[in-house]
Amino acid sequence: MGYTMAEKILGRAVGRGVRAGENITVSVDVAMLNISMASVSRILKRAGVTRLWDPGRVVCIQDHNVPAPNEREAEVQRTIREAVQAYGIEAYYGENGGICHQVMVDQGHVRPGEVIVGSDSHTCTYGALGAAATGIGVTEMAYVLTTGKLWFRVPETLRFDLRGRLAERVTAKDILLWIAGRHGVDVAQYKAIEFSGEVAEALSIDSRLAMANMAVELGGKFGFFATDGATRAFLRGRIRGEPEDVRPDPDAGYETRIRVDVASLEPQVALPHAFDNVRSVSEVEGTVVHQAYIGSCTNGRLEDLRAAAEILRGKRVDRFTRLYVLPASWAVYRAAMEEGLVRTLLDAGAVFPGCDCGPCIGQMAVLAAGENCIASSSRNARGRMGSTDSGVFLASPATVAASAIYGKITDPRKV
Amino acid sequence: MGSLRFAGKVWIFGDNIETDALAPGKYLVLPIEEAATHCLETLNPLFPSEVRPGDIIVGGRNFGCGSSREAAPAALKHLGISVVLAASFGRIFFRNAIALGLPVLACPGIAGTFREGDTAEVDVAAATVRHLGTGVTIAGQPLSEEMLRVLEEGGVFPMIQRIAREGYGGHMGMAAPRL
Repeated sequence: MGYTMAEKILGRAVGRGVRAGENITVSVDVAMLNISMASVSRILKRAGVTRLWDPGRVVCIQDHNVPAPNEREAEVQRTIREAVQAYGIEAYYGENGGICHQVMVDQGHVRPGEVIVGSDSHTCTYGALGAAATGIGVTEMAYVLTTGKLWFRVPETLRFDLRGRLAERVTAKDILLWIAGRHGVDVAQYKAIEFSGEVAEALSIDSRLAMANMAVELGGKFGFFATDGATRAFLRGRIRGEPEDVRPDPDAGYETRIRVDVASLEPQVALPHAFDNVRSVSEVEGTVVHQAYIGSCTNGRLEDLRAAAEILRGKRVDRFTRLYVLPASWAVYRAAMEEGLVRTLLDAGAVFPGCDCGPCIGQMAVLAAGENCIASSSRNARGRMGSTDSGVFLASPATVAASAIYGKITDPRKV
Repeated sequence: MGSLRFAGKVWIFGDNIETDALAPGKYLVLPIEEAATHCLETLNPLFPSEVRPGDIIVGGRNFGCGSSREAAPAALKHLGISVVLAASFGRIFFRNAIALGLPVLACPGIAGTFREGDTAEVDVAAATVRHLGTGVTIAGQPLSEEMLRVLEEGGVFPMIQRIAREGYGGHMGMAAPRL
């Protein structure tokens, strides 16, 4: 029997063939920290650790509360800068980087076939480029920074076979939301996901990153796409040397295979307060929204801003609805500017507060009681964006943009 | 083994309890003592003020899904929760709980066994849960020897301390927890 992507990558990391269910200790290729560096450095200091296992394999990115809105956050961010200097970490991105997961792929810190851990749950994003990447907590991250090792259980794999062709203005986000609504947020619990089939192969890297990002929303440990020409084209010029190909064997052993036909899929919306509380947009059209938010590590990429600009070109955002656009990184912001997307969105009335995690986590653009936000991010727990009496609706950037025009949830195909 | 045994009053929570509910993002800037006063308040406003040291959480499926924030198990630990039982766990929460020395036990058949305020008796090492009123006993999924040892040691932090002191000599004999 052949190997899944998880078995291949973890097997290579330990130097022998491994199978789902085995417990292994692996050497980590890259460790990613964001604001978590503040907590991790405190743990290391308290434990008496003064030297990291390999500062050259550590990346630190400031992406929470940037720029610092108050003294307390300023102190947190100072702690992070001091730790980065003390440990001799070269790969540090301060104010001008962006959201950690986008910076990681923008700046070539993700290579196919590597084992990457990050103290942020959306670290699974890098599976879009064929890396075995997953989120861990700060205490385990402190252990990794000390030893370079972490224990893993080799996960079983759930393979989604995506068939058909997406209709106009229906996106990868809609596929993932539909899967959550149909199969629940624990369908992939403890498992690796492989997204495959003709739809997966045709998806852009931006769309693959969005889907892999949301693997954790389905309970998954990894969210993989097999590498191909699109992966190589994306990585060329970002990483040194040629990326290797990482693909599952044709006779790999899957725990579950789920076929999804996307041909008749409509734009989807997750209603408050759960990611799997999903309806087709036609069922919730007209619901009032006070805020619209395009950004986050889930859907704040160039392709997402293009989709929003296409819908908002020549239109105006409803005057009592605010539209916040936070490109996922300053590199994405620059590219959007060079394409004229920023101007189009500004003309429509959008506001660009910066490139951090802010609104997704209720640290900026906070919702008042009774308010609704439609967002391109991926979490909508009660109170996540502000008042416990506010609601977050999750949708694709196209659906968010269309909804901003009318201040109501709107089908992007009708704009 | 033997010390990981608890008896306490049960608080019931449902399926897919997110770490956002355990440690809301907007309070993450606060020290854990303050963030913990908001733990699970969006689901049960009485919980943070009425929970007592030794109490036990009984969750449904996928307890602790969502963000990787370690403040989620840290808040429960700070409030004195002795053990978290659930039909299943979000994987990062599960790892973080063990890493912090907060006992967790997956009990796939636990739904409907307890009502809020009942008393549960838990033997983490034996992976058994008993309802002290009805006497009903259910089995959990046993933790590995290594995970039990991390719990007995009080979490991963003491291991890091030891490595800082004595150097890294392999994985302290540790094999992998099951996540």
